[in-house]
Amino acid sequence: MFEWLGITPQALVAQLLVGLINGSFYAILSLGLAVIFGLLNVINFTHGAQYMMGAFLAWIGLTQLGGWVGKPDWEVNYWVALVAAPLIVGAIGILIERFMLKRLYHLDHLYGLLLTFGLALVIEGMFRHWYGISGESYSAPEALQGGIRLEGLGLFLPKYRLWVIVASLTVCLGTWFVIERTKLGNYLRAGTENPKLLQALGVNVPLMITLAYGFGVALAAFAGVLAAPVFQVNPVMGSNLIIVVFAVVVIGGMGSILGSIVTGVGLGLLEGLTKVFYPEASSVVIFVIMAIVLLLRPAGLFGKER
Amino acid sequence: MSPRTKALYLVLLALLLIVPFQNMVYIVFVMKLLCFALFASAFNLLLGYTGLLSFGHAAFFGGAAYVTAHACKAWGWTPEMGILAGMAYAAITGWAFGSLAIRRQGIYFAMITLALSQLIFFLALQLKFTGGEDGIQGVPRGKLFGLIDLSSDTALYYFVLALALFGFLAIQRAIHSPFGQVLKSIRENEPRAISLGYDVAKFKLLAFVISATLAGMAGSAKSLVFQLATLTDVHWHMSGEVVLMTILGGIGTILGPVVGAGVVIGLQNYLAGIGSFSTIVLGAIFVVCVLAFRRGIVGEWLALLERRRAAKAEAGYRES
Repeated sequence: MFEWLGITPQALVAQLLVGLINGSFYAILSLGLAVIFGLLNVINFTHGAQYMMGAFLAWIGLTQLGGWVGKPDWEVNYWVALVAAPLIVGAIGILIERFMLKRLYHLDHLYGLLLTFGLALVIEGMFRHWYGISGESYSAPEALQGGIRLEGLGLFLPKYRLWVIVASLTVCLGTWFVIERTKLGNYLRAGTENPKLLQALGVNVPLMITLAYGFGVALAAFAGVLAAPVFQVNPVMGSNLIIVVFAVVVIGGMGSILGSIVTGVGLGLLEGLTKVFYPEASSVVIFVIMAIVLLLRPAGLFGKER
Repeated sequence: MSPRTKALYLVLLALLLIVPFQNMVYIVFVMKLLCFALFASAFNLLLGYTGLLSFGHAAFFGGAAYVTAHACKAWGWTPEMGILAGMAYAAITGWAFGSLAIRRQGIYFAMITLALSQLIFFLALQLKFTGGEDGIQGVPRGKLFGLIDLSSDTALYYFVLALALFGFLAIQRAIHSPFGQVLKSIRENEPRAISLGYDVAKFKLLAFVISATLAGMAGSAKSLVFQLATLTDVHWHMSGEVVLMTILGGIGTILGPVVGAGVVIGLQNYLAGIGSFSTIVLGAIFVVCVLAFRRGIVGEWLALLERRRAAKAEAGYRES
């Protein structure tokens, strides 16, 4: 149907699928950033490194861990990693919050950004030191290998990619539900609006802040595990992504949870489309959109100016 | 300026002037240091004196390096014209980025500048003239004003020194002018500056453009010194490095960025042999600075002097 543009439907669908995957990663990551920013007033630069750690932990579990404990056949499979990696990275995040970020809350918010930037450099540097930058591949679990062939349209849809989209959108919508519709979410939103008042009402706000950071970071690691079979697992995979996610956050604004999901997925799709129709611009299209949004609606699509 | 500070500056200047006549310090290293000291000082005008954290200064530094390298190599321009071209590029991009970024504040400002500088990075990666992964190599140093041959390190050294001094004096002049006072008032209390009738956006933008232009000058000079413009110069790591130099040396102090640049560049040189260790060490310094050492080297030194003076004054008061 697009033959007149010189584009096959297969190519279009493949790029849209990649776009959707990227978009759902943007959504998960910007969601985590928004939750963290809401309570901590910190933009978590380490987010990309934590996403990378998630992917690396999955890879280490599958290929390295057995050797380390002396049982070469023993491995941590994908499904375990999908739960364990976010928990581990979340726990490390909680330590970072308790011992470092906490000391900066009384200062300008920029110091939080700088601290997490430094941490990102350290983490990235360590993984680069241990594993080099060439990248490791991680194969999808057996249940999700192969794909679905749609004969009528001549299309092939890889199962794993469909799973990534379903899983990440489920997590996004689940987070949205928890924050907007449950008691816990009420506290979270109250803490975002007015932490002092909430504390006066008897809620343990410092604990909530710590857990919110752990949760946001765990989301990043979850995205990392999902990404491991799609992209190469390498130490810089996170830092390249996080800058795009920053642009996504600027475009969407951090005011609304649903807003960041919609913006993330939408921009991923748009990037995929650009790859089909004008590949040269695909790596910059999001930054250009950011500039346009700043001109037309400086607070972002869903943002409130504070 | 107290006589002591004046003396310090004069000694520094004298030391810089005699660099080509000794063998202890490698002259190219000093030129690199001058470029980065200028870069960090230009950045400090924005962070230290206006309170704006730009995370995208690599776009001006590295972009100007590319423009100068291309102008000198492909068009055969003389070095001073090449540097002017780089500065013009930096001023124009600085104006464009600045007018977008000042629409948001604080953390958003940092994120926007970072994202916009990534735009320049991808352009440098993809455009034809920038040579992709290789960058532009073998940039001729040329003849200054068509007369003075800069291919000798000594001649180039004095040229770079003159550029750096010009930059420092311009920054000094800006800080101590009424314009600089308005910038400081914006840093301290923006709503108040607005209520006093200042067009804050205009002042921020002007500070941004000046800072970007001087950062561009530093980048242009660096491309002549190393005869090279590469992706490293426009990468976001570079934007982070200049933030680190400024914080490590001391935000909002005049000599701070210079000292910070010296420490960071020295460390990088020293650690270069051990692979990715330099990233880890720089990151760790970042963390320590932010957690425990926010005034930076020069800032702490000034605070120490201040405490001593206060103690002395108190002792004198008690005696009398």
